[in-house]
Amino acid sequence: MPEPAAPVPSPPVPHPPLPPGRHVPTPRELFLGFAKIAVCGFGGVLAWSRRVIVQERGWMSPEEFNEQLALCQVLPGPNIVNFSVMFGSRAAGLAGSLAALFGLLGPPVILMILAGILYRRYGELPELRGVLSGLAAAAAGLLIATSLQMIRAMVKNRLTAGHIVAVVTFGAAGILRMPLLWVMAVVIPISIAFAWWERR
Amino acid sequence: MKQDSDILLALLMNFALCSLMAVGGANSVVPEMHRQAVDVHLWISDRKFSELFAIAQAAPGPNVVFVTLLGHYIAGVPGALVTTFAMCAPTCTIAYLVARVFDRFKDATWRIVIQAGLVPVTIGLIAASALIVARAADRDAATFLITIASFALAYWTRITPLAALAAAAGLGLIGII
Repeated sequence: MPEPAAPVPSPPVPHPPLPPGRHVPTPRELFLGFAKIAVCGFGGVLAWSRRVIVQERGWMSPEEFNEQLALCQVLPGPNIVNFSVMFGSRAAGLAGSLAALFGLLGPPVILMILAGILYRRYGELPELRGVLSGLAAAAAGLLIATSLQMIRAMVKNRLTAGHIVAVVTFGAAGILRMPLLWVMAVVIPISIAFAWWERR
Repeated sequence: MKQDSDILLALLMNFALCSLMAVGGANSVVPEMHRQAVDVHLWISDRKFSELFAIAQAAPGPNVVFVTLLGHYIAGVPGALVTTFAMCAPTCTIAYLVARVFDRFKDATWRIVIQAGLVPVTIGLIAASALIVARAADRDAATFLITIASFALAYWTRITPLAALAAAAGLGLIGII
């Protein structure tokens, strides 16, 4: 690394600076770190982001990682993408955000475009029909498992308003196929109100 | 050309809206993407939607790159870039702005309450995604059994979900499905 080892003149940016005493990644390191997360992260990148950011590079403590992830889960949009932008910003401002974001999305986007080209060209070949049907059926099973795991985590002890909200959302979006915007406009305020009520 | 730019604009609007509605992650808006792409705009068939979803699941990277694949199928490389941009830009902007005030509300009650309120909505939406993909993918007894087996593996064992995808693809390759 051609980094000067002596005290780096602290850049003016880091919004809420990362805790002192920890290595603050440069945009280049952010790009490479998040690219590694993207390339290694088969079947969801969360486990790999924890591994790279906390264990390998020591950019965050496990607690900081969890806190920031929790915040990202409140924001709409792909969680880990938000995470990369937020972490990049805290480390190195706008350049850091963009570096982390492009690292995370660049390699998989290129891969998906290649996959898309192959799919459009060969997707209907008889030899591949079975493979693609099998993949789709297996992916459906994985999603069912994910939903049941989430339901199990919520059920815990007793029936709450949350269960009703989950069932209503499922019925409206999955069975009745209503436009999601309408569903959310009704369901989210009610659900947050219930959460508020239960917390009091 | 007019038509191409119309499609790109429609993709941009649709996926930007999906971005803002994706509570708990990208998979929450699979029902809405399916409704728009399959039912409303007839951009893609039900079966192909589920196949592209599966390919994205099998590939490395965040779940959100399913929209890249979907955009590519609908409108080529420009489509892929537009859907990816639209799905990420609105929420990334929010995340960037929020990062500056992160420490101020990490313990705020309203954040905890909103998060608690979003969890059941996310669960309902992921379950809806599962139903939609399963309905498209399970066309006969063999595919139905694959779905059950892959569910069982992911739910009751600690074996990587990739094993289910690989095994299913293998069964398809040798002509069992």
